[in-house]
Amino acid sequence: MAELSVQDVDVTLGRHEVLRGASVRVRPGELVTLLGPNGAGKTMLLRSVLGVVDRGRGKVRAGGDDPARLPAAERARRVAYLPQSRPLAWPVRVRDVVALGRFAHGVSSGRPRGEDAAAVERALSACDLQALADRPCDTLSGGELCRAHVARAMAAEAPILLADEPTEALDPLHEHQVMSLIRGYADAGNAALVVLHEAALAARFADRLAWLHGGRIVADGPPETTLTPARMAEVYGVRAGVRRIDGDWSVSIAGPA
Amino acid sequence: MTDRGVLITLAAAVLAALAAACLVGSTPLGLDRVLSALAGGASAGDRVVVWEIRLPRAVAALVVGAALGTSGAALQGLLRNPLAEPGVLGVSATAALGATFVIYYGLANTQAFALPLAAIAGALAATALLTVAAVRVGSVVTLILVGVGLSSFAGALMALLMNLAPHPFSLSDMLNWMLGTVANRSFDDLVPPAPFLLAGLAILFAGRRGLSALTLGEEGAAAVGVDLPRTRRLVVVGAGLATGAAVAIAGAIGFVGIVAPHLVRPLVNHDPARTLVPSALLAGLLLVLADIGVRVAPTDTELKLGVVAALLGAPVFVWIAARRRTSSG
Repeated sequence: MAELSVQDVDVTLGRHEVLRGASVRVRPGELVTLLGPNGAGKTMLLRSVLGVVDRGRGKVRAGGDDPARLPAAERARRVAYLPQSRPLAWPVRVRDVVALGRFAHGVSSGRPRGEDAAAVERALSACDLQALADRPCDTLSGGELCRAHVARAMAAEAPILLADEPTEALDPLHEHQVMSLIRGYADAGNAALVVLHEAALAARFADRLAWLHGGRIVADGPPETTLTPARMAEVYGVRAGVRRIDGDWSVSIAGPA
Repeated sequence: MTDRGVLITLAAAVLAALAAACLVGSTPLGLDRVLSALAGGASAGDRVVVWEIRLPRAVAALVVGAALGTSGAALQGLLRNPLAEPGVLGVSATAALGATFVIYYGLANTQAFALPLAAIAGALAATALLTVAAVRVGSVVTLILVGVGLSSFAGALMALLMNLAPHPFSLSDMLNWMLGTVANRSFDDLVPPAPFLLAGLAILFAGRRGLSALTLGEEGAAAVGVDLPRTRRLVVVGAGLATGAAVAIAGAIGFVGIVAPHLVRPLVNHDPARTLVPSALLAGLLLVLADIGVRVAPTDTELKLGVVAALLGAPVFVWIAARRRTSSG
């Protein structure tokens, strides 16, 4: 169990302020999604948590410590991170990619043992990848590859997960599966902060939606109070209809606001 | 084949090649005479042929190959590109430049450690420069171009030193280091570079886990807990030491550091960490075999090992480069 808190974080790249006093808090058991248009600072917020980019100001705590100051392996055991860009330099097997999720637990390449092997198998089966486990990654479709990376992040079994568009390139079924997986991960007492593109998908699975606009969190709350046509217009600049049917959400975009 | 199977097969092939290197030559020796010479028996002539001519030369080819193969595999893992190699990146040329300097000033004959130290200093300077450039340029293709430029510049400086060489002996010494050869090496020649070579291999081996994780790219590797600066340091220092020591023994021998890892990769599921040891063995094997070829080839002047390696390796380099999809960087 570990809580993630981000308080008043500023990030400046060159002369461009990408985050201005951004704050968000994810408690154990919570799934919080970050929503916002391109360039709102969603990816930067995740990177600033890890210390991949320098924070000008502000305080980040993951389970009580600043992840940027933890040794790399200790940080990875506490915070699993799925970056948005996921290059693969070599056509390694799916199983080997997922096993890299156990890197910080001391797994040597190719041969996880004991608890590590069990974690890899759990992640493979949770992401519906057993049949593909021994396939080289360069033979997979975009969606299959995406699931392999999600499985890599899940295999770490860290108490905090940061995922940057984990459902990109997924078909509706696997999109639903991956989000259910992350929902289950949070329900098991972990904290998940997930960047998503689709407000309706976020509203269906998340406890809270954190809305980023121009480097600031402009709203943070459950979908019932924050997912409104006014918010869609403010954050995305679109005219949108928002409907709730039996706990499910539908957001239809009519055009520019 | 399992990793262990690959290693055992390669190790057996290396031993067979070393045996063949002792058997084959201008004076053919039978297996019985080689074995008894190795054991300290046989005639004095046989012992000289085996212990002072053929075996040291084969062992030199083996350790040079091992150093270049491991350095190539590690640099490829770090830079995530199959074309990264000490020769292509200019590390070998810079090391050879260091050796040439020492020969030019006549230090090589008076101080046993002068040449290895100069070669290693040259190699370390090149790997350090490349790593600084790697962080700045971000594109591996650009980095390889930087390496090619570095290689040309070191070659130009070597040509300058040769141009100004005080006498023909130093000129022919310099030519040897520029072209690469293990001819006339004795075990005594291997002793000064050996500790650096072994240290370099040990350091590269220590950094191998990070190389596997770098398959995910730098951000992904950092995400799974790799200490990137440490991994970079280990590869830079390890490849610098190993390549510098290899150049101190044999001069600049190119391409073997590309060819061996390229052949090994499919056998170990492309995992960079698992390519290191098989690449060392295969590169060593290739150089031992190439050196036997050089010795038995019916040419008036013995071919230089580095020339043969380039003749065989450069087309492979072009082939690998042409087959790469440009999108992968």
